[in-house]
Amino acid sequence: MVNTHMAQRSWGFWINRGIIHALLIAAALFYLLPLVVMLLTSFKTMGDIRAGNLISLPAEFVIEPWIKAWSSACTGVKCEGVGSYFFNSVQIVVPAVLISTAVGAINGYVLTKWRFRGSELFFGLLLFGCFIPFQVVLLPMAQTLGWLGLANTTAGLVLVHVAYGVAFTTLFFRNFYVNIPSELVKAAQLDGAGFFRIFWRILLPISGPIIVVTIIWQTTQIWNDFLFGVVYGSGDTQPITVALNNLVNTSTGIKEYNVHMAAAIIAGLPTLLVYVLAGKYFVRGLTAGSVKG
Amino acid sequence: MKNFKKYLAPIVLSCATATATSVQAGEVEVLHWWTSGGEAASVAVLKDLLEKQGHSWKDFAVAGGGGESAMTVLKSRAVSGNPPAAAQIKGLDIQEWADLGLLTNLDPVAKQGNWDNLLPKVVSDVMKSDGHYVAVPVNVHRVNWLWANPEVFKKAGVGIPNSWEEFSTAADAIQKAGFIPLAHGGQAWQDATLFEAVALGMGGSDFYRKAFVTHDMDTLKSPKMVDIFKTFKGLRKYIDKDSAGRDWNIATNMVINGKAAMQVMGDWAKGEFVAAGKKAGVDFACLPAPGTSGQYTFNIDSFAMFKLNDAENAKAQNALAKTIMEPAFQETFNLNKGSIPVRSGMSREKFDSCADASMDAFNAAAATGDLVPSMAHGMSTTSYIQGAIYDVVTNFFNDDSLSAEDAVNRLAQAVKAAM
Amino acid sequence: MSAEEPLQAAKQSGGLLQRMEHWIPKMVVAPTFIMMLVFIYGYIIWTGVLSATNSRFLPSYSFVGGLQYEKLFDNPRWETAYTNLGLFGGLFILICLIIGVMMAILLDQKIRREGVLRTIYLYPMALSFIVTGTAWKWMLNPGLGLEKLVRDMGFENFSFDWIVDPDMAIYTLVIAAVWQSSGFVMAMFLAGLRGIDNSIIQAAQMDGASMPRIYWRIIVPSLRPVFFSAFIILSHIAIKSFDLVMAMTGGGPGYATDLPATFMYAHSFTRSSIGLGAASAMLMLGGVLAILIPYLYSELRGTRNG
Repeated sequence: MVNTHMAQRSWGFWINRGIIHALLIAAALFYLLPLVVMLLTSFKTMGDIRAGNLISLPAEFVIEPWIKAWSSACTGVKCEGVGSYFFNSVQIVVPAVLISTAVGAINGYVLTKWRFRGSELFFGLLLFGCFIPFQVVLLPMAQTLGWLGLANTTAGLVLVHVAYGVAFTTLFFRNFYVNIPSELVKAAQLDGAGFFRIFWRILLPISGPIIVVTIIWQTTQIWNDFLFGVVYGSGDTQPITVALNNLVNTSTGIKEYNVHMAAAIIAGLPTLLVYVLAGKYFVRGLTAGSVKG
Repeated sequence: MKNFKKYLAPIVLSCATATATSVQAGEVEVLHWWTSGGEAASVAVLKDLLEKQGHSWKDFAVAGGGGESAMTVLKSRAVSGNPPAAAQIKGLDIQEWADLGLLTNLDPVAKQGNWDNLLPKVVSDVMKSDGHYVAVPVNVHRVNWLWANPEVFKKAGVGIPNSWEEFSTAADAIQKAGFIPLAHGGQAWQDATLFEAVALGMGGSDFYRKAFVTHDMDTLKSPKMVDIFKTFKGLRKYIDKDSAGRDWNIATNMVINGKAAMQVMGDWAKGEFVAAGKKAGVDFACLPAPGTSGQYTFNIDSFAMFKLNDAENAKAQNALAKTIMEPAFQETFNLNKGSIPVRSGMSREKFDSCADASMDAFNAAAATGDLVPSMAHGMSTTSYIQGAIYDVVTNFFNDDSLSAEDAVNRLAQAVKAAM
Repeated sequence: MSAEEPLQAAKQSGGLLQRMEHWIPKMVVAPTFIMMLVFIYGYIIWTGVLSATNSRFLPSYSFVGGLQYEKLFDNPRWETAYTNLGLFGGLFILICLIIGVMMAILLDQKIRREGVLRTIYLYPMALSFIVTGTAWKWMLNPGLGLEKLVRDMGFENFSFDWIVDPDMAIYTLVIAAVWQSSGFVMAMFLAGLRGIDNSIIQAAQMDGASMPRIYWRIIVPSLRPVFFSAFIILSHIAIKSFDLVMAMTGGGPGYATDLPATFMYAHSFTRSSIGLGAASAMLMLGGVLAILIPYLYSELRGTRNG
């Protein structure tokens, strides 16, 4: 922790503290504004929305928009809200996150503790892969999925997310393991431990913080994905972002902003919860992993 | 974001090609982007009719972007060898898909249903590739409509304009009276819809065809085109400044609730008036866009049918094609959608005055050669040339630094580059 | 698993096991390697090939050489798109880094409610623009959002209509993007600050250095690896900004907020000009390469020995 100079608590000190707090609170208001607007709107009636402004409180507090968003809002000929798509997303996110995290961990382990000729080049190439625009891969990926017989399946979507998530998960684990003294590994080797045993017994038990970071990151990315979901998911396996997009782009005359906002919050809820609950570990994990580039 | 309006793409799997005795059930997966109110209701009609025949309907709706997302999905499905049974595809894109050999031949259904005699030639030409039917038309939209709120005109003390000159006079008066003269959404396809109405009104049908169908360079660069661009830009001041990105139906609602006086939009806008409980000829007026009274810009919605491997599903697909052309569907669907049926000889009893006018205008325009394909809605040209025109038009409309002369040169250049 | 046999044993037997041990790491990364070759580099090559064809509707293979690239450079919309990327990407990365460092430093001053504030700064990263785009569009709309709000409070002349102004709309994208990502950058810097050895700072204090000076000369420079990671993540976000544009402006007004990602998408899929779309994708990748390779190289070389 960095110390402020605590020697004397003069006027200057308190003014400083005041300014710091004012800045932090002002920033917090800026960050909160869109969420507040969404929340307030989702509890208003349509008349209320028209009459009031962005941040006026609901004249009458209603939860119908939420119920409608979950179970009965219509898109196309289906009127089932976004609720059922919620679980589609879960089915995609859970395996994709677990697999990409596991693969990233083992890659990071190899790239730091079992370097081979070309392993740095491999890492560089992989890192560059983070930058490929996803729009480029849509058609060739569709063809590949077709060949693999995975087109329009949840498994196909999981594969896509793993393929394009591994670069980042590897980056995270590599940066974390780089800081683990190699002597630990050498010593274990001398004791006769092999590749997997060292990973399992030595690296993995101390990987908690970076696993949290990786899982948070991947969950966010995959849960929020729209492009792959819309292109590779078919009607029944579409993730919630696609359902949300269908919903907010569907309107009869009047846009039901309250329902849209409620649906948007529902779609964002899991990731929001992850950040709120695990945010502390997130910063800790970053601390552990970011000291070295 | 172009054609958000009306296209549904139901895909049907039908069982029986020949007889109505469809005993075995197949499934049709139908890709469409008809998700808003009137549109969704229209799709539901088709779904019910099909399910009554024992087939099941797998809805595959991809909303937004005027089908942009839906087209992306369709392409990736086709590339992965797994296309839906039917997809909402229109205009020249039908030929593109057919050229790739992906569409199925509907001639047996067409023959049995006597499509050749029921469909106007302009319509059936679009549905055919190499002389074979590969798609089923759903409806005909007229694009060059002016929707007006008579109440607002009364308050402003002016009449509804019949030409673009009259339009300015009326719009000035409306603005003075405190209303927004022209309801508009700042999306490329809406800008193009407005532009094509101006071009048709000022240039006439032959000019329009030369510019947007055959892409004659002299026409595209002509002084007339410069005038058209100037008039088009002149409309800018009659639009409120919040229009950027607004959806077409939100703009329509501004006319409905009297905030704005007029909107230039295809007849899918009528669905919004009707959904709001308004009556044609009483609460709102539908007139040809200024200067285009004898002309008809058409936009046909259709479903293209893909080749399927599963025989049951292919039967269901044929049943879908057949059902779409039947009077029962044509009537209910078009009542919901605001358009007119594609087949001739239907009873007009239930249709309102706007649809009536549209049907008369369609026949009249077909006789005089004033029936022209809509550029803004992909009827007149390929999507790449259409896109090039969109870019110039929407950029010119939004960017004050570009002169009409420069825009016209850019238009010619862009069309040439895209050809 | 034989790999778990004692290494010495392997050494003594001198053969198979040792070789296995040697190969295991490579075999373990092999799946990633194959995925990378196919899903990244294979597709890049495929895109490169397409950019030399006149593919329109779906991929086709009649070659036209550099024609698509020529067309691209003649296209005013492409010019707008890459200028926008420079402007948007540059501002976005710069502002995020500045805000990130500053807020991390402020938050590191023993603030009592740090946990709450941190969560507030961080949460936007959890939400996709498919989710927040509607709210942003609404807030930035002059007739519905902030402008109306301030005017309702009595400031009749207040004006905030950037999103409908072709010259300013791109900056609204910067605002929303900074809102989304700066909190995450802040968290990274905060983590970096927490990792700094206190004794260095105390020593500097002993020497009588002032706090701002210590931050400027010692602490911020020692955050260099964090700048690197943040830069990578931010440029990744900037280049891929797609949902953001689609949700907020749809590329408008006109095509004033078009970015290469939206340009490419529109041409490849909506406009049936796959060749042109592929060419724009290749140029995008080329741009990334030009900026990234020197940076990656210098940074990776620096940490080679971990």
